[in-house]
Amino acid sequence: MSPKRHLRRSATHSALLVELGCEEIPAWMIERAAEEWKASLQKYLSEASLLEGSPIDTFGGPRRLTAFIPSLLPRQPDVVREVTGPAKSAAYDAGGKPTRAAEGFAASKGVNLKDLFVVKLPKGEFMAARQTVLGRPAPAVLAEILPRAFSEIAWPKTMRWPAPGNPRFIRPVRWLLAILDGRVVSFEFAGLHSDNLTKGHHTLGRAVIPIHNFGQYSTVLKRNFVLANPVERRQKIERELSSLAARQGLRIHPDPDLFNRVVYLNEFPTAILGSFDPAFLELPEEILVTVMRDHQKYFALEKKSGGLAPHFLAVVNSDRDRRGKMRSGHERVLRARFADARFFWNADQKCRLADNLARLDSVTYEASLGSYGLKVKRLRSLCEALPHHVSPPDSPAASVELKLEVLDRAALLAKCDLVTDMVREFTELQGVVGGLYARAQGESELVADAIYDQYRPAGLDDDLPRNLVGCLLSIADKLDALVGCFAIGRIPSGSSDPFALRRAAAGIVRIVVEARLTISLNDAIQSAISSLSLVNPMLAFPSGLLGQVRDFLDDRARFYFEERRGHAFDEVKAAMAVGSDDLLDLAVRMEALRRVRRTENFPPLAAAFKRIRNILEKSAAKESIPATPDPALFAADEERALHFAAGETARSSAGLKQARKYAEALVQISALRPAVDRFFDKILVMAEDPPVRANRLALLRNLLREFSTIADFSEIVTESTAAPKN
Amino acid sequence: MKLSPPTLQDLLFRLQQFWSARGCLIGQPYDVEVGAGTMHPETFLRVLGPEPYRVAYIQPSRRPADGRYGENPNRLYKHLQLQVILKPSPSDAQELYLASLAAIGVPLREHDVRFEEDNWESPTLGAWGIGWQVLLDGLEITQFTYFQQCGGLDLDPVSVELTYGLERIAAFLQGVDNVFDIRWSADVLYRRVRWPEEQQFSAYSFEYADPQRIRQMFDLSEAEAKSLLDGYDQSAEADRPRYPVLAAYDLCLKCSHLFNLLDSRGVISVTERAALIARVRTLACRAAAAYVEQNRLRSRETE
Repeated sequence: MSPKRHLRRSATHSALLVELGCEEIPAWMIERAAEEWKASLQKYLSEASLLEGSPIDTFGGPRRLTAFIPSLLPRQPDVVREVTGPAKSAAYDAGGKPTRAAEGFAASKGVNLKDLFVVKLPKGEFMAARQTVLGRPAPAVLAEILPRAFSEIAWPKTMRWPAPGNPRFIRPVRWLLAILDGRVVSFEFAGLHSDNLTKGHHTLGRAVIPIHNFGQYSTVLKRNFVLANPVERRQKIERELSSLAARQGLRIHPDPDLFNRVVYLNEFPTAILGSFDPAFLELPEEILVTVMRDHQKYFALEKKSGGLAPHFLAVVNSDRDRRGKMRSGHERVLRARFADARFFWNADQKCRLADNLARLDSVTYEASLGSYGLKVKRLRSLCEALPHHVSPPDSPAASVELKLEVLDRAALLAKCDLVTDMVREFTELQGVVGGLYARAQGESELVADAIYDQYRPAGLDDDLPRNLVGCLLSIADKLDALVGCFAIGRIPSGSSDPFALRRAAAGIVRIVVEARLTISLNDAIQSAISSLSLVNPMLAFPSGLLGQVRDFLDDRARFYFEERRGHAFDEVKAAMAVGSDDLLDLAVRMEALRRVRRTENFPPLAAAFKRIRNILEKSAAKESIPATPDPALFAADEERALHFAAGETARSSAGLKQARKYAEALVQISALRPAVDRFFDKILVMAEDPPVRANRLALLRNLLREFSTIADFSEIVTESTAAPKN
Repeated sequence: MKLSPPTLQDLLFRLQQFWSARGCLIGQPYDVEVGAGTMHPETFLRVLGPEPYRVAYIQPSRRPADGRYGENPNRLYKHLQLQVILKPSPSDAQELYLASLAAIGVPLREHDVRFEEDNWESPTLGAWGIGWQVLLDGLEITQFTYFQQCGGLDLDPVSVELTYGLERIAAFLQGVDNVFDIRWSADVLYRRVRWPEEQQFSAYSFEYADPQRIRQMFDLSEAEAKSLLDGYDQSAEADRPRYPVLAAYDLCLKCSHLFNLLDSRGVISVTERAALIARVRTLACRAAAAYVEQNRLRSRETE
């Protein structure tokens, strides 16, 4: 064994290195686990007053999670705290002598009687003592914190294995390393005791490696074919992939998800180049890429002139392919996979997509909602209705009508690929395969593309369907899922969303807004409900279904506008308060609000609107407010002026609103500010005389109504409204 | 030193020798049709209860729907698994497994070995576990599972199950692309041993099996298993240790295979499918519970 070396201990701070060794953690979980672990450490070490602003670095790989904290306090600071005891009256007897209560209190706090003092509390006078709580040394505190922080990592699914205490973790924990300034921090977790030992690569490294400090940790592990830090793995992969591609004069088919996956699949990633028979290039690129990416985790390579090249890049868990066996092994596996894909393609072409329709009746979509056969019926029914609720701004409504048969054809064939061999083998290609087969079988490009795109967008960064038919088909598919699942009570809760309804709702929002479709969500949902009751007549569903689905969509819309388009939450709230049935209109209003809220007049006006709303809310029950103000009842110039200005602004902004020039309209409305300010400066709304008072309230209510059609300004947080409420 | 790649039978010998040397009993294949080595009582029943056990055995596994008439280079109606059960799972299970690869002639430093997430589940057996598929240069060669539940019962202690896909490993070691080109022995190919069987059982599974009679056989086997299990529940405690629970489990296995046959004939609708699986699972769970109780009674007797 190598001699124990101790880092020179800095006067006030200690460096902590922790490593948990584990059997292979699923790659997709590691990054998040390291982050959660960091948050727990941060929380507990701060609470224990050990952290004092020191950074915490955590990172992970397939077989280890590592934390490094460069400057931890070696012990907790002592804390002096004041504790109260018995009432003063109970602490001394009539003669002023301490009672047993006072003695007992002093003794229990470890102080002398004479050190007790009196504090005044609302309940009276009490005895108090000043107690010094001695800080504990860091190792003692860490022995409690480290196991807790490990156990609080929220894994998606945990397991048991034979170990003392029946621990649960993502995979069996095999070693624990914890060193504070060269000394082992002793603690227990998962039936193991901590030590200063780590392990190298499964097949290339040593199995027992003593570690003395963090500086040495990375280098020693690297010598044992482990790159502990994902940053290093990432750089190595990036470097090797691009140099191998460049050497072939090829380009890597971009795939950030795959890249991240291989970073966390390997302890010592190395890129190797492989090749396949160019004859396989006759298969569609999507299929080849999917086989390489999803099944083998290979990067596809493209020719500079476009199109795939008969090569791939694999990232292996080794330092090098000593005898070319890795390359030939990976090539052989890919050959078999491609041969399967070719077999499926040829087998599937023996019948046409429409021939699969009958078989959809025996494929369950959802137990209560029935088969995919029924789903297709609902889709077609919904696709018949949907175009009537939609007018795409950039093309006349008529052109949608023209495409009705096209949309129906796409809906009819949309799910036919589900029973093909290809999709049964490569389920992630649903839709794509249908689109490819449709094209190969002579369907129009519109139909083929719509089928291909029907599941888009799959996430916030995925492309939208390429054409209007695809957009409508995708909306119909998602809307049917939402309405159907809500109808049978399969409503997402917490992390449980088996039908990915959140994604479906977010997809609808993105398509409507980004493809710039004018559509009434309520009408569309109503049509989906009608299709459901038409096709599944026996299904009983709740009466509030439409509202439930709308609320769910509104929720996703809120998320989308805040997270994706960077709107402030109050903008979103203000614009949605006056309606979100037409999402495109909502988006335009919100954008206008974002621009105008920064202009000089807007914040005070918003504050004034908030005030108006408060006044109206308070008086609504008590007052009978006329429908419109009566100019004859105005007592002061300021109310007459406001009434006049409001009328003028209403007229001038109406045309702008009509033309959806909301920003311009908002600028006009903001110009009301001086009139509003003067009104509030001079006028007492709640006047003594009831008719005058009611008339002023009517003026304000009209003002609020007239100018709250773009957004409810009173929701906007301004400096004056953001002040804490009393 | 250059070794010629092992034949299939060399591979079987070496793996059994390897595990025998690590304290495993070398079992024999079970004589009822099974879809996976897990269904062999030496796994399904032995992992239940507290008694430590180590066993390794070869199990031919029949998957009627995977049959390809012997025409697909990778898919088979029946393939060979080597199944290892280590109960309780030792802390060096992964190292032992890697050592077994070295023992069959895989120089680990020259290959890309990886453990990729793959959680195994058998709804018909009420069994599931957590683990990986082991990839050797991208080829899935082993299922590595920490058994969590079996027959609906939480396992304590947890066993580790290693299932080697023998044809794949042999093809890999011998560098052949087609499973039928594997050398079984020095002078006999896999094709000669197995091809007619692949062809005929594929034909049977996809064309000849009579769905109605298969259904009847399923119902009969189920009824027989049920009546045995009902009888167990009604029997006096003193009669239980010798009660034929193992026979009920055999009948449950028959149901499972008959279900697979119906499935390959494509005569099961989705809802019926779920219902049939649930029927087999019920038998499996009842047999498991009875087996555990029997063992408890038996160990009480010997105390």
